[in-house]
Amino acid sequence: MDMSVVETIFTYASFVLLALCGLALVRVIKGPTAPDRVIGVDTINTFVICMMVLFGAAHHEIIYIDIAIIYALLSYIATLFVAKYLEKGKF
Amino acid sequence: MIPEIAIYVCLGISLFFSALGAIGILRFPDFYTRLHPATKCTTFGGIFACFAAIIFGIWKGIDGMKSGDMSMFVLSIHVFIVLVCLLLTNPTGAHAIARAAHRSGVYPKTWGGKPVEVDVLYKEKEKMVEVARLTKTDNILLSEDTKNTKSANSTKEANE
Repeated sequence: MDMSVVETIFTYASFVLLALCGLALVRVIKGPTAPDRVIGVDTINTFVICMMVLFGAAHHEIIYIDIAIIYALLSYIATLFVAKYLEKGKF
Repeated sequence: MIPEIAIYVCLGISLFFSALGAIGILRFPDFYTRLHPATKCTTFGGIFACFAAIIFGIWKGIDGMKSGDMSMFVLSIHVFIVLVCLLLTNPTGAHAIARAAHRSGVYPKTWGGKPVEVDVLYKEKEKMVEVARLTKTDNILLSEDTKNTKSANSTKEANE
């Protein structure tokens, strides 16, 4: 499909977010403690959600945005589970 | 023309704050300061990315309404659901991970033997340990925790 100017800019914006994911990945690899790695992964999750929304808008695909909803909820559950694990609490 | 400018402004704000978040998570000195860019800035950037997509959906939906195509309105409604999920889940997860980090023994960076930030939770914990010592309640988890933190603090001071 041929893209208009706005859709092309959506695509470029999601590429910029991909580069920012790389920056957050540096913190995930370097992070001195476990919670540092967790917030690095959390940041990457938020960026991926934004990328899915922008790609869905650029390609006129609603299914990408539905997947972003599920991704947001699952990453939240994952963060809560890791937090409980670090806290040594009971589930 | 006006919707395009609104989309560009929203995308610019979104990318700017996301970049601030990604740089801040690299540059800040300890976990609790890193939590600020990692949650506030990226949430703000996500909100504006969703706004851009919502404006785009409404704009294209009005264009397509003449030919009876409503799918872009559906797209902007779904993006609104993403926005609600983002707003509900991101701060809650940050709160949970901050509390878990504090309870698992990650403390703010010390400078000259004093914590840089005001650590209210740590004072409360010391008070709880004191009460446990006075009343001779055998709380193994609590005592182990404080031992760890004391040794961690002493090693930090030795490093500096």
